[in-house]
Amino acid sequence: MPEMTYRDALNLALKEEMRRDPSVVIWGEDVALYEGSFKVTRGLLAEFGEERVKDTPISENTIVGVAAGAAMGGLRPVAELMTVNFALLAMDQIINHVTKIRYMFGGQVTLPLVIRAPGGGGSQLAAQHSQSLETYFMHAPGMYVAVPATAADAKGLLKSAIRDDNPVMFLEHELLYNSKGEVPDDPEFVIPLGRADVKRAGKDVTIVAYSRMTILALQAAEELEKEGISCEVVDLRTLTPLDEETFVESAKRTGRAVVVEECWRSAGLGGHLAAIIAEECFDRLLAPVRRVSGLDVPMPYSRKLERLCIPQVEGIAAAVRETLSGKY
Amino acid sequence: MESKLRAILPDAELLKMYEQMVLAREFEESCAEQYTKGHITGFLHLYSGQEAVAVGATAALHRDDYILSAYREHAQAIVRGAEPRRVMAELFGKATGLCKGKGGSMHLFSPELSFMGGYAIVGGQFPIAVGLAFAATYRKEDRIAACFFGDGAVNQGTFHESLNWARLWELPVLFVCENNFYGIGTSVARASALSDIHRRTCGYDIPSVRVDGMDVVAVHEAVKRGAEWVREQSRPYLIEAMTYRFRGHSMADPGKYRSLAEVELWKARDPIPNFAKRLVEEGIATEAQLSGIRQQALVTVADAVAFAEESPWPEDDEVYRDIYV
Repeated sequence: MPEMTYRDALNLALKEEMRRDPSVVIWGEDVALYEGSFKVTRGLLAEFGEERVKDTPISENTIVGVAAGAAMGGLRPVAELMTVNFALLAMDQIINHVTKIRYMFGGQVTLPLVIRAPGGGGSQLAAQHSQSLETYFMHAPGMYVAVPATAADAKGLLKSAIRDDNPVMFLEHELLYNSKGEVPDDPEFVIPLGRADVKRAGKDVTIVAYSRMTILALQAAEELEKEGISCEVVDLRTLTPLDEETFVESAKRTGRAVVVEECWRSAGLGGHLAAIIAEECFDRLLAPVRRVSGLDVPMPYSRKLERLCIPQVEGIAAAVRETLSGKY
Repeated sequence: MESKLRAILPDAELLKMYEQMVLAREFEESCAEQYTKGHITGFLHLYSGQEAVAVGATAALHRDDYILSAYREHAQAIVRGAEPRRVMAELFGKATGLCKGKGGSMHLFSPELSFMGGYAIVGGQFPIAVGLAFAATYRKEDRIAACFFGDGAVNQGTFHESLNWARLWELPVLFVCENNFYGIGTSVARASALSDIHRRTCGYDIPSVRVDGMDVVAVHEAVKRGAEWVREQSRPYLIEAMTYRFRGHSMADPGKYRSLAEVELWKARDPIPNFAKRLVEEGIATEAQLSGIRQQALVTVADAVAFAEESPWPEDDEVYRDIYV
């Protein structure tokens, strides 16, 4: 299996799907001539031409709305938002339109569109460019939310998202673009939406994570192994559909769970996951579920302060040890 | 007297437009009654007074052209061909409704009729119309997107973003503003720096025209010309139809912001009796014929109400259907 970066895996997924299906079209700010702010769309304009790979004005709400209309008209648009922070300008089309249209029109129409958006913190981009907004999208029914952690998952999930007849919010992590992994080059390789992946098997504690947090959780598990602690790492891969079965089964088996979220703690993903584990595994739990979360602050610029706001390997390891400490 | 109308359209088409306006009016008046009885609930925005716009415009469009509208869209859907029965059932929230009772008054939709929806976030339909026009162009389909909206929508960002986009990508979108002078209770003059809405397209190099929206034939001619231009040039065009709603913004609005004199002035311009008068004067129809058309409309509407009343409620398990494919 060839090794490639998360970025190149996404790029390959786009190319393969565009070759496979002429109804796949791509647009967004600077995606064509400039080849994308993060170069995920490199080479697409050259291969597929201006009709299918299109630059847009800086009009995020309309980028999404035009994609919704094109999807209703029989295409499979992949719209790129330059960063997920700008999705807030498009929330009217995303939440009021994209997630509602099929339902409020009685199931008479499908919206096969993908909205790609890079996000996450850790690059010192300060308060307006470092947000993790995944819960905003999973809160509203009517749209799937994908959050790949590895290059292979990035490719497999993006291909599934493009082929799926439901709208998909596809959240890429900016700090993962250069991460490398083995990626199947089979054009029919896909990863189904809604299936979590046990990235590491273990018996003492279940760590539930997604996107970049999965990578940190795996590093924490590595450290903890040296202390004789065996961690199981469940990578959610999609937040909607949420594969409850996999992490609930794991938590029942280990009796302990730590959930890791890059987003803010308040009304966050971690609280939701912890509630599910508490409801489903109450009599099997040996310790309270612990949350490792982004700090409830707007992201500061300074490197020293920013580090405090994003979950780190040592914080995840500490939470795991806490569940084993017997002191609650 | 030589008929001026006959020089524009054949008798059958003129009578068809009259029939559609009357049906739209009677449908809406019946809705008001059903709302008072508690059979229709939620928001209810009636179209009475504005019929010439939907009827004149739809008759001038091709059958495959997409139509999108806002939340005052019962008439738009019916004129396009939606069965009054299924529209009324939708308003009653019944399983037989156009959208299975899930959308209600503001969200009518019928893809078979290329009626691509009523949208209830002001200005939400603009980018969707642009996207449909893109899809049609990309797929080399001979259809344009006609996007209806009110005067209140032109101060939303989506209006400006979509005009710019449609012109930039050279897409066949016909924007039709139904200027009824008020966004709920705020007049155009109190909301728009430039009250001449059709002039607001100049920043996007989009041609536009203003038309008397109380005259069904004038609307028909303007939309026919506009739609032809859009089709030939594959570029957007905007029509501002000056019209008036005889009722409040919704059933919850007593309309205190408009003077009685103003309302009366516009009621004197009612598109239906004025068109009837011309049809009779020009010898295209007799009073008896027109009266027969109205009687037929009343029968159709009564049948729609009966159908809605007798229709079953949606099953409970319907609540989870249609969220995802």
